[in-house]
Amino acid sequence: MVKPSPAPVPGSAADTTPRYDGPVPQTEGEVWAILSAIPDPEIPVITITDLGIVRDVTLIGEEVIVAVTPTYSGCPATTVIGLAIETALRDARLMPTILTQIDPPWTTDWLTDEAREKLRRYGIAPPSATGPEACPHCGATTLTKVSQFGSTPCKAAWRCDACLEPFDYFKCH
Amino acid sequence: MSDLFTFLTRMGDNTLVLGHRLSEWCGHAPVLEEDIALANTALDLIGQTQMWLGLAAQVEGAGRSADDLAMLRDAWDFRNLLLVERPNGDFGATIMRQCLFDRFHLLLLDALTHSTDTRIAAIAAKAVKEVRYHADRSAELVIGLGDGTAESHTRMQTALDALWPYVGEMFTDDATDTAMAAAGIAPLPSTLRAAWDTQMTDILTQATLTRPDGDFAHQGGKNGAQHSEHLGHMLSQMQWLQRAYPGATW
Repeated sequence: MVKPSPAPVPGSAADTTPRYDGPVPQTEGEVWAILSAIPDPEIPVITITDLGIVRDVTLIGEEVIVAVTPTYSGCPATTVIGLAIETALRDARLMPTILTQIDPPWTTDWLTDEAREKLRRYGIAPPSATGPEACPHCGATTLTKVSQFGSTPCKAAWRCDACLEPFDYFKCH
Repeated sequence: MSDLFTFLTRMGDNTLVLGHRLSEWCGHAPVLEEDIALANTALDLIGQTQMWLGLAAQVEGAGRSADDLAMLRDAWDFRNLLLVERPNGDFGATIMRQCLFDRFHLLLLDALTHSTDTRIAAIAAKAVKEVRYHADRSAELVIGLGDGTAESHTRMQTALDALWPYVGEMFTDDATDTAMAAAGIAPLPSTLRAAWDTQMTDILTQATLTRPDGDFAHQGGKNGAQHSEHLGHMLSQMQWLQRAYPGATW
């Protein structure tokens, strides 16, 4: 028996539902609203604007220029994010140009408070200068670093000494 | 070929060749966490390569891209240090090579954040945050393995002795370096040596390893005059697709 394929991850290349089906955006604020609905491909509970990687939007008629900064220079999600932005803005009947802007370099200080809370609820400890503050599962504060590197460039692997569950920590960068 | 282009290919070729070497560990590291860590470090270095070689291609203005520079040049056009093309050896040798390079890389990038060329300063500011993390990790591992079991200590000392003749090239100045320093674009490599020595002595002392005496330094990587035979073998694998199917894209 062939197993049905899983539903595509929202916002991924396999997801063919239109990202936007409203009227053509007239203001940069409306473009920002569209961008703020695009999920991060690796951590779909947060959006690309939550991450702070959209740095600038310029709307001139139907042409829109979006400046995006990579989180880590080699992060493979960067290409996918660019594609998702382009698709969403084309769905909105705009002509997008996506620029990569590396200066100033991305920092986790640009994560919104909302994003930090979403990460925590998703089981990822948000960044902090001194390492994770609490286990995202049980809230305990005795924690052990398993590895400085985790499942994506932006995360490290930690374990809670109380509930013994492993968890991802969004590295302070 | 301009000095600026040469300088940028040195930066990009170091990160490309070392990034590829580290990626050779993918699926082979002694434990899963280290496998992931090496692959992540490789990813950072390849990402930095795109920026350095992208700027090199732009500066050259001959219509080549970062991909063209990475995949369509042969060994004699590469300008990476001999150290980074050394074969991986065992895990200890890979970590020792990483530590020796990371300390140099960190000092260099820190200085480049003040480059008079704002494009270079911007790339350095992005890369230095990643490399600081690499340098912390490789130093921790050198200390842990050096001051570990008799077996790990012996392997780390053997790796250090074998790689030491490749340290000197990092700090050798040539005409390109002098031109970059005069323009305020990059520091003279020799000026980074004292800080590197201080940091390395501290790491090696904590690792209970003995710093080798000799200061003989193999040369020929950063000027492309005499790469080791290992680079060609590595490129034949890295560039295999473009060599077998010239111009292939997807």
